[in-house]
Amino acid sequence: MSVSPSGVPSATSRGIDIALGGRTIAAGLSFDVPERETLCVLGRSGVGKSSLLRWLAGLLPGSPARTDVAWMAQQDLLLPWASVLENVVVGYRLRGAPAPLDRARALLADVGLADRVDDLPAALSGGMRQRAALARTICEDRPVVLMDEPFAQLDAITRLDLQDLAARLLVGRTVVLVTHDPMEALRLGHEVRVVAGPPLSIAHRTRPAGCPPRNPGAPALLTEQGALLATLRGAP
Amino acid sequence: MRGVVTAIGLFAIWEGFVRFTELPVYLLPPPSVVVDLLWRRADLLAIHAFWTGLEIVLGLLLGLALGIAIAIGMAASTEVRRWTLPVVIVSQAIPVIAIAPLLIVWLGYGLASKVVMAVLIIFFPVASAFFDGLRQTDPGWLDLAHTMGAPRRAILLRIRLPAALPALATGARVAAAVAPIGAIIGEWVGASAGLGYLMTQQLARGQTPLAFAALFILCLLGLTVYFTIDRLARRLVPWIHPTGDRP
Repeated sequence: MSVSPSGVPSATSRGIDIALGGRTIAAGLSFDVPERETLCVLGRSGVGKSSLLRWLAGLLPGSPARTDVAWMAQQDLLLPWASVLENVVVGYRLRGAPAPLDRARALLADVGLADRVDDLPAALSGGMRQRAALARTICEDRPVVLMDEPFAQLDAITRLDLQDLAARLLVGRTVVLVTHDPMEALRLGHEVRVVAGPPLSIAHRTRPAGCPPRNPGAPALLTEQGALLATLRGAP
Repeated sequence: MRGVVTAIGLFAIWEGFVRFTELPVYLLPPPSVVVDLLWRRADLLAIHAFWTGLEIVLGLLLGLALGIAIAIGMAASTEVRRWTLPVVIVSQAIPVIAIAPLLIVWLGYGLASKVVMAVLIIFFPVASAFFDGLRQTDPGWLDLAHTMGAPRRAILLRIRLPAALPALATGARVAAAVAPIGAIIGEWVGASAGLGYLMTQQLARGQTPLAFAALFILCLLGLTVYFTIDRLARRLVPWIHPTGDRP
């Protein structure tokens, strides 16, 4: 982990080598991550973008261990035996630290789950469960947030709602969000980076105009979505 | 309710068959004779049922405790696993019937030899199911816990252990189903009380009806143990609603 001049721990990494099951996913890759912004990493299935995110999270063998990241995956990863509230503070429980229950309640209210804090996750819909997972991610209160296709399993409308919510709650944090959905990348990213591979390489970068969350119906965004789709189809 | 109707129907067929064929009572007693004995010899049956029941319950408690301890030990440390696993496997490679006479020699005709036999049969399904459950934690949960900076102990206690409880419940149900075997084998090989002892005694004297009565009590005992454990196992995993079993 390196610390940038501004004092914010950086997710920027150099010399990333990832080999999984004899396959080279990344070799000597340098990956810079802009501070306090959302970087969307866009790529087709199998290019190794999830592996890159796992490397950044310190979850791969050989990747530097980190203590400053919050992790959110495609599955909500809520523990089925614990209440929604307990799930939001699970990180504190695991570390044996005092759990910020009031903050967790406030966050749950913020994501629209104020009246479901005592429910078990099984009683919640898919969208609600991912809201709870988002609240858990924010409750960890880490400077860097890593998200692996967090909204991929939701229906289109719920996904838009969750994207708006995430954009609002993640302001000021350094976020890397991996997705295969160009519209999601364009809505949420200060920067969108198209990756190809393996081995991973950066095929294209763009900084869409305006601030996230962007309006999914804006003509400029739709044009850029078309361009990104063409890049993705061209990239192997 | 349907079970009761089926049982009554089967008993009626049995009774009719025995009367029609005029089979001697020492070969196959009719249910009416067995029921009569259940009533008249209730005191005798109760004493022997008490001992068999005690053997089963003690065997289950100790077997569950041993199985749970072995599974957690093996999951917590590879060192423990390396030392324990061979012993566990060897203990199951020897049929319990083969070591039953030895246990009687070592531990005597009393309660201890039967309880140890029951434990030997019971701990294995518990340990193996629970250990499997502890090993098969959703990798996503483990990733999440690692990024949260959770220590190994906390991951075991707060994630892997509760996640393995459904597997433990399965192991406990299997254990409850096989629990009477150890006790009964022990009583056959050498005992001074218990339903298995009563059966061998009565069969040797041609008192087949009383042996049947003992068998009936044993069946009730086994069912009671199984359904008690089944109920406890459900309470252990309240977040699981098996398909077709929703509240």
